[in-house]
Amino acid sequence: MIARHIEKLAPSGIRQFFDLVLGMPDVISLGVGEPDFISPWRVREKAITALEEGQTSYTSNSGLMILRKAIAEHFHKKYALSYRPEDEILITFGVSEALDLAVRALLRPRDKIIVVSPHYVAYPALPQINSNKVLFLSTKEKEQFKINPKELYALVKQGPKAIILNYPCNPTGASYNHQELKEIWRVLSKKEIVVISDEVYDELSYEGKHIPFACLDNLAKERTVLLNGFSKGYAMTGFRSGYACGNEKIIQAMTKIHSYSALCTSITSQIASVEALKAQKEVAAMRSEYKVRRNFMVKELNRIGLRCHNPEGAFYCFPSIEKFKMKSLDFAKGLLFAHKVAVVPGSAFGEPYDDHLRMSYANTLDNLKEAIVRMEKYIGEIKK
Amino acid sequence: MDDILEILESNARIPLEDLAKLTGKDAKELDHVIKSYEKRGVIVKYKTVINRDKIEGAKSVLALIEVQVIPQKDVGFDMVAERIYKFPEVKSCFLLSGTYDLLLIVEGKDINTVANFVSEKLAPLSSVKGTTTHFMLKKYKEDGVVMVKTDKNKRLNITY
Repeated sequence: MIARHIEKLAPSGIRQFFDLVLGMPDVISLGVGEPDFISPWRVREKAITALEEGQTSYTSNSGLMILRKAIAEHFHKKYALSYRPEDEILITFGVSEALDLAVRALLRPRDKIIVVSPHYVAYPALPQINSNKVLFLSTKEKEQFKINPKELYALVKQGPKAIILNYPCNPTGASYNHQELKEIWRVLSKKEIVVISDEVYDELSYEGKHIPFACLDNLAKERTVLLNGFSKGYAMTGFRSGYACGNEKIIQAMTKIHSYSALCTSITSQIASVEALKAQKEVAAMRSEYKVRRNFMVKELNRIGLRCHNPEGAFYCFPSIEKFKMKSLDFAKGLLFAHKVAVVPGSAFGEPYDDHLRMSYANTLDNLKEAIVRMEKYIGEIKK
Repeated sequence: MDDILEILESNARIPLEDLAKLTGKDAKELDHVIKSYEKRGVIVKYKTVINRDKIEGAKSVLALIEVQVIPQKDVGFDMVAERIYKFPEVKSCFLLSGTYDLLLIVEGKDINTVANFVSEKLAPLSSVKGTTTHFMLKKYKEDGVVMVKTDKNKRLNITY
C-alpha cells in the first residue's frame, strides 16, 4: 500500500534506539537537538497577548508583512543583505518546511542534489521523498568536517541541480570563514546550481561572525535560497517558525506549494517571531552560555579519550570513537544501559560516520559534568 | 562584561580549573585576572542567595522601610544615610526620588525585632521626619533568581 520510496526511508536501528531513550527515566541526555533554554519571556508574553487580543486568524500565504519586514530589516542590519519583504521572503513551519518547499519547487523527479555529510537527517530524506538522486559529499574529521573543494568539483561535474549547505553544522558544528566560502562558491558558480543554505544556527557562531552564503556576491545571492528560523538561536523550537529568503521566482514557487499544503503558519508564532527579533540581548546571553559549555565539553572529551575537534558553532560535539572498534549504535546503547547517558550514534548522520557520536551541549553544566564522569567510567569498562 | 565575570556572577563558587575549561584560559592567568578585579573593586564580594523560607528555624522577617529625612547642610543626604546604614539591622539602603528619601531593607528574627528597631533606633533620630514600614510576605525573585519555581523545559530526551 505504501509507496516503495517512502517505505525505504526509515533508519530503523536508530529509531529503535530513540524509542529506548524516550522510554528510560532519569537519563542524562546529550541527545537533544534543541536548546535547553525556554523561549525568552518577552516572546512568550507577546504570544499570550496576541491570543488575548483575539489574533487567531489565517495570515497571508507568505506570512505577516510585519514579520517579513522585520526579517528584511534584521538581515540588512546584521549582514547588509537586502530582501524585498513583498516577494523575496516566505514564512514557513520551521526550516524543515522551507527545505521541503525548496526541494519540491526546484527539483523534478530524478534531478540530482548534493548533500554534505555528516548531515541532518532531513537533507537526504526530503529529496528522496521527491524522487531525486542524492549525491553525498562526505567531509572528513581531519579537515574539520569542512567541504573539500576538489571533492565538491567531482560531484558538480555529475550535473546536480542543487546543493544543500548547512553551517554552522548539525552534527559537527563546522562553519566557514569568508575565504573558505569563496572556495566553495568558486566551484559551484561554474555551473547553474542552486544553493539551499540552511543557516538556522547562524546566531550560535563562536569563532567570528557568521557569513551568509548569499553575501558572497550578487550571483551567489541570486542562486541561494537562504533558510533560517527561530528554533535554535532564539530557543523557539515549539513555535515552528522559520523562513526562506531568495530571488522572487524561487520564493514565489515555494509560496505556491506552501499555499496549497500549509496555507500559512500559525499567526501566534508569527507575532511571537516579530518580538523574537528584538530579543538580541537574550540571544547573546544564550550564545555566551553555549560557548562556555562548548569549551568545557571539547576539553573534557579529549581528556577522557574521545577525540573531538573544536566545533565553531551550533551546540554539538562530534567526537570520534574509532579507537574502540565499535559501531556507534552499540557504543551508544552500552553507554545508555550501563550509565544512563544518551548520545546520538554517528551513523544517524550518514553511513561513513559510524565511528562518531553526536553529543549536544544544550544541557546544564552540572549535567554535562556528570555525563563526562559517567562516560569516563564507561570508557574504562569497555577498554578492559 | 567578560566571560569570567558573567560566570562568577552566576556561580561564585566555581573551582578555578572549571572556570579555565569554560573560558579556554589558563588557571594561573584567571587567578591573576580575578585578583585584579577584586583589587579594583570590580568584584565587590562573593554572595550566596539563600531561600530562608526553606530552612527550618531560620526564618526571618524582612521589611522595606520608607524613610523621610531632613537633609543636612553641605553634606545633603549622605551623612543621614551613613548614620542609618551603619545599623547592623539595615541590609540595604537606597536614596530615591519621589515621596520619601531613603528606602531601607531591614531584617529581624521576627516582627517585634523589626518594630523595636524602627521605634527605638530609627524613628528617634533627629534627622528622621517619618517612616513607613512594609513587611515582606513572600519572595518571588531575588537578585535575578526566581525563588518560588522555575520554568522547566519539557524536551524529549532525544531528537535529531
